[in-house]
Amino acid sequence: MTMVTMGEGAHEAAPPRVAPETAPSSDCSIIARGLTKRFRGGQVAVDDLHLAVPRGSVFGFLGPNGSGKTTTIRMLLGLTQPTSGGCEVLGRPMPAGLADALPRVGALVEGPAFYPYLSGEANLRRYDAADPTSDPRTVTARVGAALDRVGLAAAAGKRYRAYSLGMRQRLAIAAALLGPRELLVLDEPTNGLDPQGTREVRSLIKDVAADGTTVFVSSHLLGEVEQMCTHVGVMRTGRLVAQGPIAELRAGHAPRVRVETPHTAQAASLLGRLGLTDVRTAMEEVTAELGDHTPEGICADLVADGVAVRGFAVVRPSLEEVFVGLTGEGFDVNA
Amino acid sequence: MSTLSSATPAGDVKDSTAPPGATNPAGGAGATDPDGGTGAGFHGPSTGSGTGTRPALAAGEQLGSAAGERLVSATGVPVRPSAPRAAVRLLASELGLTFRKPRNIAMLIVLACVPVLLGVVLRVVGGDNDAPSLITQVAGNGLMLTFAAMTLLVELLLPLAVAVVAGDAIAGEAGGGTLRYLLTAPAGRTRLLAVKFANVSVFALVACSVVAAAALITGFALFPVGPVTLLSGSTISIADGLLRILIVTGYAAAGMAALGAVGLAVSTLTEVPIGAVAATVVGVVFSHVLSVIPQLEPVRPYLLTSWWSSFDGALRDPVATDVMTQGLLVFAAYTVICGSLAWARFSSRDITS
Ligand SMILES: Nc1ncnc2c1ncn2[C@@H]1O[C@H](COP(=O)(O)OP(=O)(O)OP(=O)(O)O)[C@@H](O)[C@H]1O
Ligand SMILES: [Mg+2]
Repeated sequence: MTMVTMGEGAHEAAPPRVAPETAPSSDCSIIARGLTKRFRGGQVAVDDLHLAVPRGSVFGFLGPNGSGKTTTIRMLLGLTQPTSGGCEVLGRPMPAGLADALPRVGALVEGPAFYPYLSGEANLRRYDAADPTSDPRTVTARVGAALDRVGLAAAAGKRYRAYSLGMRQRLAIAAALLGPRELLVLDEPTNGLDPQGTREVRSLIKDVAADGTTVFVSSHLLGEVEQMCTHVGVMRTGRLVAQGPIAELRAGHAPRVRVETPHTAQAASLLGRLGLTDVRTAMEEVTAELGDHTPEGICADLVADGVAVRGFAVVRPSLEEVFVGLTGEGFDVNA
Repeated sequence: MSTLSSATPAGDVKDSTAPPGATNPAGGAGATDPDGGTGAGFHGPSTGSGTGTRPALAAGEQLGSAAGERLVSATGVPVRPSAPRAAVRLLASELGLTFRKPRNIAMLIVLACVPVLLGVVLRVVGGDNDAPSLITQVAGNGLMLTFAAMTLLVELLLPLAVAVVAGDAIAGEAGGGTLRYLLTAPAGRTRLLAVKFANVSVFALVACSVVAAAALITGFALFPVGPVTLLSGSTISIADGLLRILIVTGYAAAGMAALGAVGLAVSTLTEVPIGAVAATVVGVVFSHVLSVIPQLEPVRPYLLTSWWSSFDGALRDPVATDVMTQGLLVFAAYTVICGSLAWARFSSRDITS
């Protein structure tokens, strides 16, 4: 068993990139093969999803509202039955292997849900009692540690009804950390948290991942995902449009130069003459794809041409731009 | 070593379960923090900054060792509490919730008040010669108040209380969203349903006992108590009378538990607890109405409600068991049928709340 641990450590250093069809179960914490969910009424919420979440990775599961993230998570956790296709969690087929897999999985699905008239601590005890594998002798220590970990120790005795939104969210994260976990599935864990809380969740996720736990986290906050995830999967109207290590996903998008200047028209035409593509002009700003030009050369040419350069930068596309590129600009929910 | 681990089939339970020390997110295994440490509010074993000292983490360390004991025996094989023990723990948690819920406590208090009220009223009107025989009987012997109160309450008020708890059982958890966390714990759908039924049964027994106890105390306080004259004419001692009260309470509780199974089945159909409660109560009232229509006489033995007050047998000497046995069989049949329906529905249901 020690060897397995060592193996995990190795994966953590260099998580394998695997196609879900060929991935050996031991390398992946979550595998979905052709996972499809059609709700009554014909709505296809998840459509032929192939997913492989490498063991030890922090996997960001992205997608606009209504793209099927929560529906996927519900199927992974055995809450809903797929219409077709199947999935494996920690090497067990779901939902058949649920009793074996889920004690090692901490989950936060679509926001916190607790008993309003119980204290935070009593609520955690309640969920712990529902797990047939957990030991009642250690429950006090585990509940205390989980509350401590999310910074709720001081509010442990307070009724859940009196918790603020962020405290509720923290309690839900504490519930996911009640036992030793090999996988955390967190559906929008930073929802409703203040900036400190958001940072704390991020560092918590990093801690947990450093201990070898795989983290599968759905989020809209691309900045968050960018900072903490090793891998991402992007959903769009029920389909997975991209998946892989975060660097690879970003690599497909070229860096751009950005020139801040009052002489936008002059700068734009010069950049065009220099052979830069996709030149765009905005208020006192011109951007273009860098291509294989050198930034210092462009800058020198601009100055030589008499353009008043107030600012000059090479910007790599943020995950947000990659995301919008993959999922479209439209604000309206694709229902 | 590593070849061994990679050759291990992925499906093997024990080998893919890493030792808790390695994967325990809160364990004291001093992991390094790639972030350099942040977080004033969240404390983890590795949120310490570069000073090399870890923040005081008594609880976390305790957790680490506790979890170590918890999961792995001396041979390195994961141990888990026995299934019955885990089920008892979940049931205890259910009972704690049920009997801490203000609404349920209020219902039990109301149930306890009715026999007291009944006793006071009977005491006040007791001298009236035109009063029906029940009242004269109670006036003659306080123990009879228990039978009177049980007969009165078992028709509507006790069923109402049990329907509230049963209807709430699954629908309440679904409506509040707690069902998804119970099931990912994982409570197990069949196990959860069985525990919910056990919980409703215990509540039914407690509710019937509360009625019996309140009636007994009131009876002792307001009326003379002595050897009981039974329906069959013979007389039994007070101790024997108390035993009969125990039988009546148990029988009534069995009838209410059968209603609990009906309520539980209804509860698996919806996410709106009040809907499940209302449907169950309407069913009870409907059944009462059916049983007073003379043309529907043949249907009567199949109705659950017809058997609830069939505990007269306990007031005969010797105890007439035939009718009560039949009643218990009907209760068992309802429990099995509704339990199966509830299981069929709940084990395949999509939890989308
Ligand atoms: N119980 C249900 N019945 C019918 N349709 C549903 C149900 N639950 C979800 N859907 C539909 O499935 C689609 C995916 O929903 P889902 O909740 O998975 O989205 P999401 O990616 O989690 O969105 P968000 O980011 O807003 O949380 C949506 O179009 C939604 O309308
Ligand atoms: Mg969602």
